[in-house]
Amino acid sequence: MSIDIETARKVAHLARIKVEEDRLPELAENFNAILGFIEQLNEVDVEGVEPMTSVTPMRLKRREDVVTDGNMPEKVLSNAPDAREGFFAVPKVVE
Amino acid sequence: MADLNKLTIADARDAMRKGDLTSAELTDACLSEIEGAGALGAFVHNTPDLARDQAKAADDRIKAGDAPDMCGIPLGIKDLFCTKGVASQAGSRILEGFIPEYESTVSQNLLDNGTVMLGKLNMDEFAMGSSNETSVYGNAVNPWKIDDRQLTPGGSSGGSASAVAADLCLAATGTDTGGSIRQPAAFTGITGIKPTYGRCSRWGVVAFASSLDQAGPMTKSVRDAAIMLEAMCGHDAKDSTSADLPVPNFEAMLTGDIKGKKIGLPKEYRMDGMPDEIEALWSNGADMLRDAGAEVIDISLPHTKYALPAYYVIAPAEASSNLARYDGVRYGHRAKLGQGDGITEMYEKTRAEGFGDEVQRRVMVGTYVLSAGFYDAYYNRARKVRALIKKDFDDVFAQGIDAILTPATPSAAFGLGEMENADPVKMYLNDVFTVTVNLAGLPGIAVPAGLDAQGLPLGLQLIGRPWEEGDLLNIAHEVEARAGFVAKPQKWW
Repeated sequence: MSIDIETARKVAHLARIKVEEDRLPELAENFNAILGFIEQLNEVDVEGVEPMTSVTPMRLKRREDVVTDGNMPEKVLSNAPDAREGFFAVPKVVE
Repeated sequence: MADLNKLTIADARDAMRKGDLTSAELTDACLSEIEGAGALGAFVHNTPDLARDQAKAADDRIKAGDAPDMCGIPLGIKDLFCTKGVASQAGSRILEGFIPEYESTVSQNLLDNGTVMLGKLNMDEFAMGSSNETSVYGNAVNPWKIDDRQLTPGGSSGGSASAVAADLCLAATGTDTGGSIRQPAAFTGITGIKPTYGRCSRWGVVAFASSLDQAGPMTKSVRDAAIMLEAMCGHDAKDSTSADLPVPNFEAMLTGDIKGKKIGLPKEYRMDGMPDEIEALWSNGADMLRDAGAEVIDISLPHTKYALPAYYVIAPAEASSNLARYDGVRYGHRAKLGQGDGITEMYEKTRAEGFGDEVQRRVMVGTYVLSAGFYDAYYNRARKVRALIKKDFDDVFAQGIDAILTPATPSAAFGLGEMENADPVKMYLNDVFTVTVNLAGLPGIAVPAGLDAQGLPLGLQLIGRPWEEGDLLNIAHEVEARAGFVAKPQKWW
C-alpha cells in the first residue's frame, strides 16, 4: 500500500492540519516509511483473536447519574484565546 | 551538610526527621543548582517562590511530627502534568500560555504528601519522541558527555532524567507511553519505574495514548523509587481506568531476599546486531540475580518483534483522537486569521502552527489508520496483535516466572542531532525493549547497571507481574546493590 500525494493531502485535511503543497511529497514519503514498518503486522496469524479493549481486566465503575461539577464559567473560559460574554468566540460558522 | 542537592529522598527524609536538615535549606540548594544549569535545558518553568513557600510549610509539618516520607522533598515535575496556576505546555507551542485552573491527581497526591515543586521539566512535544529534540523549549541535554559532543538525555522525559542525573532536584515525575521513563533513566544513569497500567491516575496529565500512558517516578535509587511511587499512586474516581486496589508500602517490601525467585530471559530480546556491551551487561545482570539466589530461566515471548509496529498503529491512533481537542477555541494558541477565513481554516492553521513535525506526523498517521477502509486492516489488526503480545507475558507468568530481565535500551545515549536526517522509524527503534511492557500494561523498571567503553551509563530493565511493583522493586534493589553503580557525570554545565 503506497501513499500518494493526493492521499497525503486528504489525510492532512481529515486531521485539520494545513500542509503546504510543497511539503506533501515529503509527508507522503514519511507515511510510506511508517506504513511499510507497520505492514509487518500482516505476518501475524490473528485468526480468532479478539482485539484488545482493556489491558487490565477491569469493569468500569458505575456512579449515580448526578451533577458533581460546574458553576465555574470564569475558570472554564480563563484560557480561551477569545472569550466574550461568557462564551467561547469563533469565526462565523454559518452564513 | 554539603551538597544537599545530591541527597537521595531516603537520606533527606531521615536527616529532616532528625532535625539535621530543613526543607528550606534543601530547597535553596536545589534552586541555586537550577540557576546555574541553564545549559542542560532541563527546567523550563521555574517556580522558586512557590517552592520556598511549600518548603516552609513542609518544615512546619515535620516539626509537628508524623509527616509523610515525601514531606519537604524538592521535586521537578514533567511539563505534561497540569499544575494549578503554573504553565503546563506538554512541550508544545499549541499550549503556549496555558495556565491550568486545576492540579493533576498525581501532582496533587505529591503535594498532599508535603513535596516541594521546583518547577516544570522539559520533554518531547506531547511526549512523542525518544531524544527530547521535539520540544518547543529546545533540547534537554544529558549531563553525561564525551569530549565536546552533546548527548541526548533520551525522551520523552528527557528534562526529568537530566535534572535528576545532574542533581538539580532529588527526584522528578515522568510519564511512559512506550518507554519514556525507562529509556531516559537508562541514558542518564538513574532509576525509573513505570507502574502497572491503572496504578497512577491519568487525570490532569496531558493525554498522548490513553491506553498506554502511565506516570511514574525518576529517582537516584530504587529505594527512592519505592518511596515516591507510593506517594504518587492510588485510586482516583476521576480516572475510570484507575485501579481500586490498596497501595502497599513499597519501601517495606525491599527485603533484600530474592531467593527462589524465577527470572525469565526472553530469547527474542537477543537481537541481531546488538552491541557486545549490551549483551555483556545483560548476562552480568543474570549472574547477579543467580548469585542472589534467584533461578534464571530462558523463556520465549514469541510476538516481541511485532510490538513496535503494533505500537505505531495504536499510539498514533489514540493520539489523533486525543489531540483533536487542540483546536484554538478553548485554550492555547490560535492562529491569526486572514480575510474570509472560516472555522476550518482556523483549525487547520492553528494546528499547523501549534504542532511540531513529529506530532503532526503521528496525528496524521493516526488519522489514516482510523480512516474508513483502513480501520480493520490497521487498527483492529494492531489491537489483535496487542492481545497476543499480552498473552505471551500471561503465559510465562502462568509458568511461574516472577520477573523478566532485559536490557533497557539497544545502545547508550546518542548525540543530539545525530538522528536528524534518519527516517522516523529509526528513532522508534529506541523503544524496542520497553514498548512491549506498555502494550501489556505491566510494571517495568530501569536500573543503572554499568558503563560502556566510552564511559556512558547503561541500564537493565526488569518487568514484573501486574500489580506486583513491590516484588519488582525488591528484585531491582538487589540488581542495584550488586551492580554497585555509583558513577556520576562530571560537571561541565
